[in-house]
Amino acid sequence: MAEGSTYDINLRIGYHYDHPAASNRAILRMLPLTRPGQRLITGLVSATPNPDYRRDGFDFFDNPMTEITFDRPVEHMEFLFAGRVWVRAAVVALDLSPDAAGLAAELAATQDVSPASPQNFLGASPRVAPAPEFAEFARSVLGGQALSVQQSATAICNALHAEFEFDPTATDVTTPPLEAFRKRRGVCQDISHVAIAVLRGIGVPAGYVSGFLRTLPPPGQARLAGADAMHAWVRVWCGSEAGWIEIDPTNAMLAGSDHVAVAIGRDYSDVAPVKGSMRSFGSHRTFHQVDVLPVAVTP
Amino acid sequence: MTDRARRTAPPELDRILAGYPPRPGISDELLQPDGAPRPVWAPLLSLLGRETPEGIAARFARGDQYLRDTGVYFRQHSGEGSTERDWPLSHIPVMIGAAEWEHLSAGIVQRAELLERVMADLYGPGRLVSDGLLPAELVARNPEWLRPIVGITPSSGHFLHFVAFEVGRSPDGSWFVLGDRTQAPSGAGFALENRLATARVFRDLYPQANVLRLAGFFRAFRDRLNGLRRGEDDRVAILTPGQHTDTYFEHAYIARYLGFMLLEASEMKVVDGRLSVQTINGPEPLSVLWRRLDSRFADPLELDEGSTLGTPGMVSALRSGSLAMVNCLGSGILETRALLAFLPRIAGHLLGEPLKLPNIATWWCGQASERAYVKQNLGRMLIGPALSTRLPFDLDASTALGGRFRHNARASVEDWLDASGGDLVGQEAVSLSTTPAMIDGTLVPRPMVVRVFAARTETGWTVMPGGYARIGRTDDPTALAMQAGGSVADVWVVSDQPVRADTLTAQGTGPFLRRMPGLLPARAADNLYWLGRYVERAENAVRLLRAYHLRQDEDGVAENPLSGYVAGYLGRAGLSPAQPMPDGLLQLFDLSKGCAGKVRDRFSIDGWNALQDLSRNAREMAPRVAPGDDAAGAMSVLLRKLAGFSGLVHDNMFHFTGWRFLAMGRALERALQASRFLKAFTDPAAPDGSLDVAIEVGDSVMSHRRRYSVESDVRTVVDLLVLDGDNPRSIRFQVDALKEQESRLPQRGGGGMLSDAAKALLELQTELAVAAPADITPERFDRIATEIASVSDALTQRYMG
Repeated sequence: MAEGSTYDINLRIGYHYDHPAASNRAILRMLPLTRPGQRLITGLVSATPNPDYRRDGFDFFDNPMTEITFDRPVEHMEFLFAGRVWVRAAVVALDLSPDAAGLAAELAATQDVSPASPQNFLGASPRVAPAPEFAEFARSVLGGQALSVQQSATAICNALHAEFEFDPTATDVTTPPLEAFRKRRGVCQDISHVAIAVLRGIGVPAGYVSGFLRTLPPPGQARLAGADAMHAWVRVWCGSEAGWIEIDPTNAMLAGSDHVAVAIGRDYSDVAPVKGSMRSFGSHRTFHQVDVLPVAVTP
Repeated sequence: MTDRARRTAPPELDRILAGYPPRPGISDELLQPDGAPRPVWAPLLSLLGRETPEGIAARFARGDQYLRDTGVYFRQHSGEGSTERDWPLSHIPVMIGAAEWEHLSAGIVQRAELLERVMADLYGPGRLVSDGLLPAELVARNPEWLRPIVGITPSSGHFLHFVAFEVGRSPDGSWFVLGDRTQAPSGAGFALENRLATARVFRDLYPQANVLRLAGFFRAFRDRLNGLRRGEDDRVAILTPGQHTDTYFEHAYIARYLGFMLLEASEMKVVDGRLSVQTINGPEPLSVLWRRLDSRFADPLELDEGSTLGTPGMVSALRSGSLAMVNCLGSGILETRALLAFLPRIAGHLLGEPLKLPNIATWWCGQASERAYVKQNLGRMLIGPALSTRLPFDLDASTALGGRFRHNARASVEDWLDASGGDLVGQEAVSLSTTPAMIDGTLVPRPMVVRVFAARTETGWTVMPGGYARIGRTDDPTALAMQAGGSVADVWVVSDQPVRADTLTAQGTGPFLRRMPGLLPARAADNLYWLGRYVERAENAVRLLRAYHLRQDEDGVAENPLSGYVAGYLGRAGLSPAQPMPDGLLQLFDLSKGCAGKVRDRFSIDGWNALQDLSRNAREMAPRVAPGDDAAGAMSVLLRKLAGFSGLVHDNMFHFTGWRFLAMGRALERALQASRFLKAFTDPAAPDGSLDVAIEVGDSVMSHRRRYSVESDVRTVVDLLVLDGDNPRSIRFQVDALKEQESRLPQRGGGGMLSDAAKALLELQTELAVAAPADITPERFDRIATEIASVSDALTQRYMG
């Protein structure tokens, strides 16, 4: 096995309704991906109480997806993932990405709409609407420099990291990226959405990754922002040679062995861990708890 | 008309065609290029030529009256909102010969099949893109390409079942497609209404004019949808966004015509991977859904997450293969303007043959050479958003025509093309053909397009022999839309052979089958129940108001004790005695209309018109009614109209389950109102004359006089209006009726146990059966009212939840 880290992960997302609806349906995307550099060793998604219907499958982007329904009023429900995941350490690779003009030419030649195609990650998506301000920001960051796409993406993510203040009170889960961008405040979801908007604004395919960060840093290192809940970062298409790279703009770093990916999509709407249609009135409370603990595994 | 043509035309045509000059460079439906009328128009023209202007006006009025009686309307949108307007029928049908139509139909069938294959590829292997026949970005950036649908194979075997095409005739006389309508095409029902109205306008000509009939098309499609069901007990439903949609009238009309349920998304849910409708007896499976709602709104869980019009799990039901949908979710992508640029090549690739029916010439400006071509030919181009699904002539601020923007929205079209070519298409602004419209007594040529419908049946695609023509208000081809003042017309496909009359009912072959109606959806039950309650509440209010105003007049003194007592009662019931036509009463009519409007598919047109008339009449009288005699007279008018409505509903409506809910609503409300006003007006402390008010409001003056020749006293009034099981106005009578209706509702489960409502009714019935008039004290009235209210709660919980 290549060098990497193994984690035991627990995710709990709960809802409590004062006036439960007669029925509930939800789609869960909580099971970590298995893909090059990441492997789900063991683990499972479950719900309490026991749902009346459950179907496991994969969505368009090949993320594991679980549909569940409760055909009765349920006051308190909880969705859980518990399992073990191995992640390869980040490999510092050569920058093989082309410049902007080269990327445009490669994109024009990528006549493909399959899930992995960068064409899916260029246009507007449900939560990321284009705006001229995003492209202007990219131009102000990049100036007239002759940069590779990977360098540009890194510069943009670093600039957003520098300008954004991590502030969970400034936004909520529905805040449009443009609003968070104007405030320069928000959480990982906002910063990732803004990074996606800026990259798409200059013709670079960019997507959203939801996942986990290790909860406690290795000795001597600072705790990463966003480790107490599910995290988000971005993936950027750097041409057919370099492929997709993942950057965490909230922490200004490449996603590596501290990051465990759960789902990829165009934006949050494609990857929300719990998407529900709770036809209910009155108030409800939610909670969300994540533990990502490294384990020593004997090879 | 040219001189030569004038010589060949019969003389009576001169007057009618005086305002009908041929237009160079434009094709005309009525005139051949040489200026002579086309033979297919001859019978209609000769009829119009013989007719006096008054005769023509009378004919048109007959058609308009039919449309008003049917209740067809359209919604005019403006800055402030929308209003219902008269249906803008252009009474002169468009005439097309059957041979030409057959040729057009072959092109339509080929195109429907092509679109089916394109959709199967876009939601399947995606080869059109990888083979270079369609640019990836037109798919990947298309908001109508619904990724959750990718990989789904429709259980019916097909994505498309009902499609429409907007066709026009180009200057050389050939037909071409302006746009494909695949999302949830509307207009077929309106085409049928246009036919019925136009057939009345020309009722002497139509039966023998060899016009191909429309019923067979609908029959074949209905049979196909029924055939797609998974079991005999499964249901077919039409999904509507609801009564506030422009085309709701058509949804209700088609549902009624074909005998399908009309449902809104909130009435359905997905249980165990199957779509079901909430009926009065719990969920019932649906296996065929004719969707009249745009795809992306159909499921807030997997599609547009902000949609409030969808059913969570709809995509899941489709994925599980338990649901056949017309058309499959995601079909909107086929309407994309830019697709028209690529379809000619795709046809060759997928079908191995060229398009029989060309579409409007379209260039996607994301390609350099196409962009250059569009720039060089700006003068004859419509330029607009590539991913728009609107029709080419449907202009808005984001469209340029002939190299210029409307309202100067942007400076330069060339710059726009350079900056965002990939987002734009150019489409050739072809001159549409003209067809005659009768304006101020003469025929005038107006631009026209026709929507043609194709349905998939057991044996493949079939084309409706007729269509929905839209006709411009002026020469401007961009003013075809109704919102822009355009009108609509019937399309007559004329055979040279006699045509047999046809109706939806197939000519009787096979064994006779009495079809029982299916279970009533809970929402429809709820609306019918409340319709019954509101109308009854209104009737009670009208009677109280009449009693009040009659007494105002006869005493001449406003402030006598009885008048004040009635006024107090009215005030507590939300009916301001200061207003001769209280707002509270008008509100009750609105509420009644609101309920009826939600069940238009289950409600007779006469009943609906009677309700409209009632409500309109009350509103018209409101500002000019004076207190006293005048108001009492107005209330008598309303009472007669209410009686007319009740007669229509209770004598003519078939006693299906829906009617039972209407009847239960009426009985329950009548009992509730009686228990309240009787408590007030039989109270020992009530002023003199109160008992007469009670008898009057209880509509039992005659019965009382016959039964009790003596003066009224409390016992006689209570006996007649509470305990007498033969008086249709008594509380006992209502309780008996409720119990009877409830017992006849379809029951499921329960093992023969009485429902909560039945138990409560049985108790109340017994109580009233053994009571003597003296037992019915004011407190007892309160208890009766409470018990009746609990019956309503039990009914609601059991059947309408």
